[in-house]
Amino acid sequence: MRVLLIEDNAEAASFLQKALKENGHTCEWAEDGEVGLQLARDGDYDILIVDRMLPKLDGLSLIKSLRNEGSRVPALILSALGEVDDRVKGLKAGGDDYLTKPYASTELLARIEALTRRVVPEEQITRLSVGDLVLDRLSHRVTRAGELILLQPREFRLLEYLMKHAGQVVTRTMLLENVWDYHFDPQTNVIDVHVSRLRAKIDKSFDKPLLHTVRGAGYMIRDGVE
Amino acid sequence: MTALSDTVRRLVSSTVFRFAILLVALVSFVVLAVSAYFLSQTTRSLTEQSVAMLRAEANVFVRQAQRGGLQSVADTVALRSEVPDAGLYYLERNDGVRSAGNLERFPEELERTSGGVFSYSLRGGPTQLAAGVVVPLSQGVRLVIARDAGQQLALAHQLRRTALIGFFLLALSGLVAGAVLSRLILRRVEAMRAASQRILSGDLSERLPESGTQDELDRLGRSLNEMLTRIDQLMGGLRDVSENIAHDLKTPLNRLRNTAEAALADPRGAVAHREGLERTIDAADEIIQTFNALLLIAKLEAGALERSREPIDLNALVRDVLELYEPVAEDAGLKLVADVEPHGVSILGNRQLVGQALANLVDNAIKYSKKPVRKLAAGREAVSSEAADAGHVPTNAHDGGAGAGVVHEQATSAVDPGRPIDEVRIGLIDHADGIEVRVDDAGPGISIEDRGRVLERFVRLEKSRTLPGTGLGLSLVAAVARLHDGHLELGDNNPGLRVALFFPKSDTL
Repeated sequence: MRVLLIEDNAEAASFLQKALKENGHTCEWAEDGEVGLQLARDGDYDILIVDRMLPKLDGLSLIKSLRNEGSRVPALILSALGEVDDRVKGLKAGGDDYLTKPYASTELLARIEALTRRVVPEEQITRLSVGDLVLDRLSHRVTRAGELILLQPREFRLLEYLMKHAGQVVTRTMLLENVWDYHFDPQTNVIDVHVSRLRAKIDKSFDKPLLHTVRGAGYMIRDGVE
Repeated sequence: MTALSDTVRRLVSSTVFRFAILLVALVSFVVLAVSAYFLSQTTRSLTEQSVAMLRAEANVFVRQAQRGGLQSVADTVALRSEVPDAGLYYLERNDGVRSAGNLERFPEELERTSGGVFSYSLRGGPTQLAAGVVVPLSQGVRLVIARDAGQQLALAHQLRRTALIGFFLLALSGLVAGAVLSRLILRRVEAMRAASQRILSGDLSERLPESGTQDELDRLGRSLNEMLTRIDQLMGGLRDVSENIAHDLKTPLNRLRNTAEAALADPRGAVAHREGLERTIDAADEIIQTFNALLLIAKLEAGALERSREPIDLNALVRDVLELYEPVAEDAGLKLVADVEPHGVSILGNRQLVGQALANLVDNAIKYSKKPVRKLAAGREAVSSEAADAGHVPTNAHDGGAGAGVVHEQATSAVDPGRPIDEVRIGLIDHADGIEVRVDDAGPGISIEDRGRVLERFVRLEKSRTLPGTGLGLSLVAAVARLHDGHLELGDNNPGLRVALFFPKSDTL
C-alpha cells in the first residue's frame, strides 16, 4: 500500500516509516502541511496519515482542501489532542479516522488496514463468510457448518464488524468505537469478555477456531492458515 | 545615629508622611490666604470708618466757620486740643502760621492732599502714626483733623501675629500627626512586609498580622490571608498529586523495567524476549492510560473542552453501559440490575464524557463488589487480583502462556456456585430539580471520613491499591459532573457504597 505520512516530528516519522515498511507498505514522508498537500494532490496514495499540528498548514485544513478538490483518499488523523470534541472536529473536516498519541503501532496498522479496505463498497454485500461461518446481514442469521447460531443483537454487530474485516487485526478500541460508539477508555477490558462470549458461541463446539486473539494488538477472524 | 537617620529616612519616604506634609502645606496656604484677606478687610473698614468720622467732623467745622467766623473755629479747636485723646488738630492761618491745635506743624505728608496717613510726635514724644483730613476753610485758612492710628495698627499687628502663630501651630501639629500616623501605619505595614518575607522564604503557613480593627489594612490583610490559604491548599493538592503520581507510576515503571530485565536474562531466548516485550507493552499502556486520564481531568477542570452539548437519552445511555459491562459483572459473580424509570430522561451534555462517567461508576461498583479470592473446591486457583492487575479481566488472565502471536482463549468463569449473587444496582431517578444516576454496589463501602478524599485525584484507599485502576476514576466522574453543572455524592448502601451523580434538568441549562 502506498502511504503518505505528513508529520513534522522526524523521530515519530522515522519510527512510523519503519513500522509501515516492515508491514509491506511503501511510505513517503512530508515534513510540513504545504509539502504534504502538494504531494497528496500529485501522488497516487492509498491512504494519508496526517498529524493535526503541522507547520505552515495544519492537518485539518489540509484535509479540508483535499476534500474540496474532490479527493476521496482515506485520511487518518494523528493528534496529541485526544478529547472528544477534537475527534468530532477531525472527522467533520473530512478525516476518516482519528488516533490519539501516544498510540500502539499495531493500533495504527490495524486502522490503516480497515480504512483502505473501506474503499470497497462493502456495505452492499449482504452475506459475509469466513470458512464455514456465514453471516446474513439481511435476515440477521448466523450459521456455522449449516448450524444456526443464536446471537444477541450486540454480538451480531460485533461478529459483523469482525467478519467485515476478516483477515485483519481489529483492536479493542476499534471494536469499542465501531460496535459500541464509545470513544473512551472503559478501564476494565470489557471488550475481551464480549469477545469471549461470542467465541464461545461460534467456536466452542467446532474443531477449528476462527476467532483469534492477536496478542498485544486485538482480534482477528480468519479461516485457519492464511 | 544611623538607626535614627534610618528611621527618619523611612519616615520621610513613607507615603502617609508625605501625604501629611502635603495636607499641612495646603491647609497652611488656605489659612494664610484667609488671614491676609481678613486683615486687609478689617484694616480697610476701620480706615473707612475713621475717615467717615473725620469728614463728619470737618463738615461741622465748615458750618461753624460760615456762621460764627474763623475765630469761633479757632476757639473750638483750641478747646478740643486741650482734651486729651479727643483728637489731633492743626488750624493754619492764611499766612502759614499756626493759630490753634495740638499738632506742632502742618503734616508734610498731607501737603498737597485732602487727607491720609502721616506721622507726628507730641511734645518730643515718640513718632506716631495718625490718619487725618485737610479741611480748607475760607480765605486760605486750612484745618487738619486727625485721629491717632496707633490702636488700629496695634489691632492689625495683633491679627497678623495671631495668624502667624496659628499657622505655625497648625503646621507643627500637622507634621507631628503625620509622623505619628505614618509611624503607626508604617509599623503595621512593616509587620505585614516581614510576614510576607517569611512566606516568600518558604513558610506558606505564615499569615499576615491582623489588628482586629476591621480597617482597610485589616481587610487587605484578610484578603491576602485568604489568598494564601487558597494557594496553600492548591500547593498541598499539587504536592499530593505529584507524590501520588510518583507513587502510582513507580509501580508500573518498576514492573516495566523488571519485565524487560527478566526477559533479557531468560535463557529461553527469542520466545522469552517476545513475551517480555509484550508484557512491557502492557505495562507501558497502563502508564499511558493513567496519563490520559490525568490529562482529561485537567482539561475538564480547566473547562478547556468546548461544551459541545447535545441531548443525551440517559435511559439509553444507562442501558448501553449496562450492556457493555453485563458480561464482566456476570464473570465476577454479580448481577447488574437496572432500576430505570420507563419514560425518557434526557440531559444536555457530552455523550462520550457522561458515558465515560457512567462506565467508571459501574466499573468501580463491579471491581469493589467482587468477593475476595478463595480456593475453589476443584483445587483450581481462583483468579487473583494480581492476575487482574495486568489490566485484563479474569477470563483471559491466563492466556499469555502460549507465547505465540495468536493464541486461542478459553472462556472460564470465576463464579462460585455456592455463593448468593450480589447485586450492582443502577438507578435513574427523575427528581423535580434534577436527574440522579445512582449506582449501588455490594462492596465494602467507603467510611464517611474517607468520602471526601476519594474524589481527589489519585487517592486510592490502602485496601484497594492492589486492584487495577488508575485511582482517577471517581475524580474523573466528579470533573464530568462539574462540567455539566452537576455534582457527585457518596453515600451508604448498607452495606456497600452508593454513588449518586446529579445533573441539572436540560431545560434549566
